[in-house]
Amino acid sequence: MTTQATAINDCGGCASGCNTAHLTKLGIKTGDWDYVVALAGNPNTGKSTIFNRLTGLHQHVGNWAGKTVTRAEGAFTLNEKKYKLVDLPGTYSLLSTSVDEEIARDFVLFGKPDVTIVVADATRLERNLNLVLQILEITDRAVVALNLIDEARRNDLTIDERALARDLGVPVVPMSARRGEGVDELLSAIEQVAGGGFPARPHRVKYADAELETAVETLATQLRSEFDDLPNARWVALRLLEGDESIINAVQTKILGTVKAVNIFPPLVQLESR
Amino acid sequence: MTLNMLKAGCAATVKKIHSTNAERRRMVDLGILPGTRIENVMPSPLGDPIAYRVRSAVIALRSEQAELIEIEE
Repeated sequence: MTTQATAINDCGGCASGCNTAHLTKLGIKTGDWDYVVALAGNPNTGKSTIFNRLTGLHQHVGNWAGKTVTRAEGAFTLNEKKYKLVDLPGTYSLLSTSVDEEIARDFVLFGKPDVTIVVADATRLERNLNLVLQILEITDRAVVALNLIDEARRNDLTIDERALARDLGVPVVPMSARRGEGVDELLSAIEQVAGGGFPARPHRVKYADAELETAVETLATQLRSEFDDLPNARWVALRLLEGDESIINAVQTKILGTVKAVNIFPPLVQLESR
Repeated sequence: MTLNMLKAGCAATVKKIHSTNAERRRMVDLGILPGTRIENVMPSPLGDPIAYRVRSAVIALRSEQAELIEIEE
């Protein structure tokens, strides 16, 4: 088990209770898995660096220029559970305007990942929180990875991650994936959230308007009966009311809800024909 | 005054975005909304697009997009 040996070295000889000691990087050997973990976040926040840290892969991932879509999947085991990790294209929003953003959105929304890691750039936290809040609106199984914390420190930025975690209602892990800092804490958080050990109380934006609330619930009920077991029917209802064309189209053509964890990305041809 | 008229090195506050639907949404996602400080940091060699600093990130906007953003000093 050379991989395990490397992992122990990474962790600087700390006590045996630490997680990286129980981490086996499986590379691309995904096979069967216990949990699916998605990596989402703004572009250039270090998603792929985290991906490589956890899977032991060294691929240059995350180049979603225009319509060329390359998916990145890897796996690792931790304390006898196997995790499949999916690296998603960087996106500023779940309210997408491009094909690559749609891919990230569809997976987080309909792929039902067990855990969604939202990678945020600690040096540009304010603009990164937009996506964090959008993701918390649709899932309570999330972990915020506050990456590039070393950069933030270098710029004399101090982040009160405990207050942030309290306000967001999900674990917040300060880390520097590049230097391997915080990887252990991230693994603990993933494990806790995946196993349901973290009582998440995600911050949700409230829609106070009673009329809107009625409209959303009416539509959501109809959506749930039309699409069996549709996660996030309320979110879809809101987008329909907003006039989001890609969602209206997905409802009309009934492709909504067909995105599954097993087959996340539509074939390239299909993307190009859109 | 609109954002495309902002001189290099100058900063202003966003007053209104004159757009609807996807385009407005995009700008808001990038952090440009009423009340946000925005600074013209650098024009491209041909003068369009222009790089603007918004919430400590630098974003390039085409002049046709910048025209939709009303600003005040």
